[in-house]
Amino acid sequence: MKIVSLRVNGAGQAFIARPGTTLLLALREQLGLTGAKRGCAQGACGSCTVLLDGQPVVSCLVPAVTVDGAEIATIEGLADGQVLSDVQQAFLDGFATQCGFCTPGMIMSAEALLDRNPDPTRDEVNEAISGNVCRCTGYEPIVSAVLDAAARRRSRAGEGAKL
Amino acid sequence: MTLLRGRGYASVNYPTGMNLGGDPSQALIHATTMGGFVISLSSVDLGQGLKTVVAQCAAETLGMPMANVIVDTADTDTGPHCMGTFASRGTHRIGNAVIMAAREARDVMLAVAAEELEADADDLETDGTGFVRLKGSPETKIHIQDVTLAAHFKQGRTISGRGIYLKERNYPVPETGEMDPDSCQAHACTVAEVEVDDETGVATVLSLHNAYEVGRALNPAMAAQQVEGGGWMGVSHAVFESTEPYYPASRDHGPVDFCEYLMPGPAEIPVQSSVILERPASNGPFGAKGIGEMTANAPIPAIANAIFDACGVRLTTMPFTPESILRGLDALRA
Ligand code: FES
Ligand code: FES
Repeated sequence: MKIVSLRVNGAGQAFIARPGTTLLLALREQLGLTGAKRGCAQGACGSCTVLLDGQPVVSCLVPAVTVDGAEIATIEGLADGQVLSDVQQAFLDGFATQCGFCTPGMIMSAEALLDRNPDPTRDEVNEAISGNVCRCTGYEPIVSAVLDAAARRRSRAGEGAKL
Repeated sequence: MTLLRGRGYASVNYPTGMNLGGDPSQALIHATTMGGFVISLSSVDLGQGLKTVVAQCAAETLGMPMANVIVDTADTDTGPHCMGTFASRGTHRIGNAVIMAAREARDVMLAVAAEELEADADDLETDGTGFVRLKGSPETKIHIQDVTLAAHFKQGRTISGRGIYLKERNYPVPETGEMDPDSCQAHACTVAEVEVDDETGVATVLSLHNAYEVGRALNPAMAAQQVEGGGWMGVSHAVFESTEPYYPASRDHGPVDFCEYLMPGPAEIPVQSSVILERPASNGPFGAKGIGEMTANAPIPAIANAIFDACGVRLTTMPFTPESILRGLDALRA
C-alpha cells in the first residue's frame, strides 16, 4: 500500500494505491473519473488513453504506484464549463462518434497530437490514433474531426496573436 | 510487379425483422410530474442509436420537444418485453411500439389539457415547444408541466400509454413455398474499386460508393454513419478478418486479441460516398426500414467482383487473402 499524490485535471488528488492496481482502475474506482474506458485491459484498444505529464498513455498498463507526483489529464478536464474543447466540439459537429466507447481515448490521443503538432497531415493523424480501436465509425469521421479541430485551434491561435 | 485496378458492384435486398414464432416488441410510456415522458423498454441500445431514434419517434408523436423524452432501456427482468436488438429490427419494431404508446399517452394528455382549458380535446393541438393550445386561438394554451401537474394533483389521472408491434409468425404455403417472413426490405448497391498487386497478391480497397434505400432516414446523420461504418466492416470481412488464417482445424494459431485480430485501421480505409434514398414502408415507423446488418453485406461481393475485374481471379471464400489471390493468379497462368 502506498499513498499516491498527484494532480488530475489540474486539481490535487490522493489515493491509496493497492498493489497491482493500474492508473485506470484508480481513476475509475477511486477517483470516480469513469471517462477513460476499460476495453481490453491489456494495452491493445486505447479506450483508456489519458495524458501522463502530457504524453498519451494507455492507463490500463500504468501501475498506480508509479504516478506519484504526476500530472494527469483525462477527458473530464477538457471542457471549460459548458464550453467544449476544440477537439470535442469538432467530434460533435463532425458526428465522429457512434456508440461512444472509443471516444474518450480517441479525443485524448488527438489532444496530445495537436499539443505537439498543431498542423498534422492526415497520415500523422492516422499514426496518432493508430493505437485507438473504433468498431463503429470506420474511422473516417474521426480523422476528419481531428483535422477540423487542428484548423479550429490554429485559427484561434491566429486570433489570439492579433489581439 | 503490376498494380491492377478493378471495379465491381453488388446489390442487396435485406429483410427487416425475423420470423421465428412471431416477432413482437412492447413499449410503455408515462408522464412525470415535471412534464417529462419516460419510455420504458427492455430493448438494448448497444451503440447503434436506438435511444435517439425512439426518442425522436416519441417526441414527434407526442408533439413535444426531444428534451422532454427520457428513454429507460434494457432491464429485461422488469421492462416490457422485447425480442431483442438483432435482425435489423430495432428501429422498425420498437419505433412502432413507441409510436403506439405515445399516441395513447397523447390522447390522455390532450384530455387533461382540455379540462384545464375548458375546451374540447379534439380542438387542441401541440406546438412542438412544450405547449398544448387551442387550434385557431394560440393564446389559449397550457404548458406540459402544468398539464402533468394537473393530471397528478387535481384530476387524479396517469398520462400514460401502451404500445406493441407484433409481426405474426408466417408459414410457407406448402405448394408454392410462398411466405411473408419479414415486414419490409431495404435495398442497397455498392460499387467497389480495388487495386491488386500481382506480385504480393494484396488487394487494397480504394473506394466504396453506396446507395441505400432505407424507407425513411429517421436520423439522416446516423443512417449515413451506419452505411459507412458498416461499409468499413464489410471491407474488414472481405480482405482482413479471418479467425483461423492457416489452420482451420486448430485454435493454436488463431488470433486472440485486438492486436492479432486484423481489421482495417484509419490508414487502411477506402474513400466512401453514400446516397440515401427514401421510399417509405407502409408498416414502418414514419416509413423507416431496418438497415443495421445489411451495411456490411454489399461490400463483400462488390470487392470480390472488383478483384475478378482487376486480375481475373474469382474468389468465393472470405477473406480474400494475398495467398488466395496468388494461388488464383498461378492457376490462371498454368
Ligand atoms: S483498456 Fe487500456 S488499452 Fe484497452
Ligand atoms: S464509436 Fe463505437 S467504438 Fe468508436
